[in-house]
Amino acid sequence: MKVSDLVRELNLTVFCGEAGLDAEISGGYTSDLLSDVMGHIDEGMLWITMQTHQNIVAVATLKDAAAVLIVNGASPDEETLDKGKEENVPLLGTPLSAFEVTGKIYRLLQQA
Amino acid sequence: MQFRFELEGGNFSKAGYASSQIKKVLKQLSVDPRIIKRVVVALYEAEVNVVAHAWRGTVLADIEADRISLLLQDEGPGIPDIGQAMQEGFSTASAAVREMGFGAGMGLPNMKKNVDELTIESKVGEGTVVRMLTYFSANDR
Repeated sequence: MKVSDLVRELNLTVFCGEAGLDAEISGGYTSDLLSDVMGHIDEGMLWITMQTHQNIVAVATLKDAAAVLIVNGASPDEETLDKGKEENVPLLGTPLSAFEVTGKIYRLLQQA
Repeated sequence: MQFRFELEGGNFSKAGYASSQIKKVLKQLSVDPRIIKRVVVALYEAEVNVVAHAWRGTVLADIEADRISLLLQDEGPGIPDIGQAMQEGFSTASAAVREMGFGAGMGLPNMKKNVDELTIESKVGEGTVVRMLTYFSANDR
């Protein structure tokens, strides 16, 4: 499943990083602790979080994550958006909670 | 090949710059991507430590054909008990830093896990010196 398929299926907001929407999603990880994410996320994975500050782009870039999905209807901070555009990291959004959206994505990835 | 980066206490916008630059260089040198990931995770954690705890610091990266050594020197409060700081879950990070998703006491253990050699020297009230060494090929160890 591509990032763009997920955006369509779950009606996600695309804040930036349109160029990365074609990437294939290899899995996902849900966490708000950056060190935990550094330890568990791998290339091509989707990171689901409530964090909105610019360091999420640094972590996503360093680990080659496919995209970052911000939950609870939050938006990335202005600097986060600037960095996301610069690094071409898709930053996505959903009004759903981390629990709900993780469950939905897990099911979609199992079916794909 | 040597690179030098500056870090500023409290300035999280700069944390991650050194690691992303080093990542690009190591990619160009065709270093094993798994090793690149480990090096940049350790360097990112180390950068965040300086930004979260110290007043200012520098990153010196020295890349040779078979290895990368990273030296982080900071002026800061220092670490009174390095053994305690190395324990998973131990943290002295401020509430503001924790709110950002740091300060879970995972930084130093993550660094140790991701490099071949880690040494830390610290003087309370003066600062901390962190050295990390990683070989590009498992055969060089």
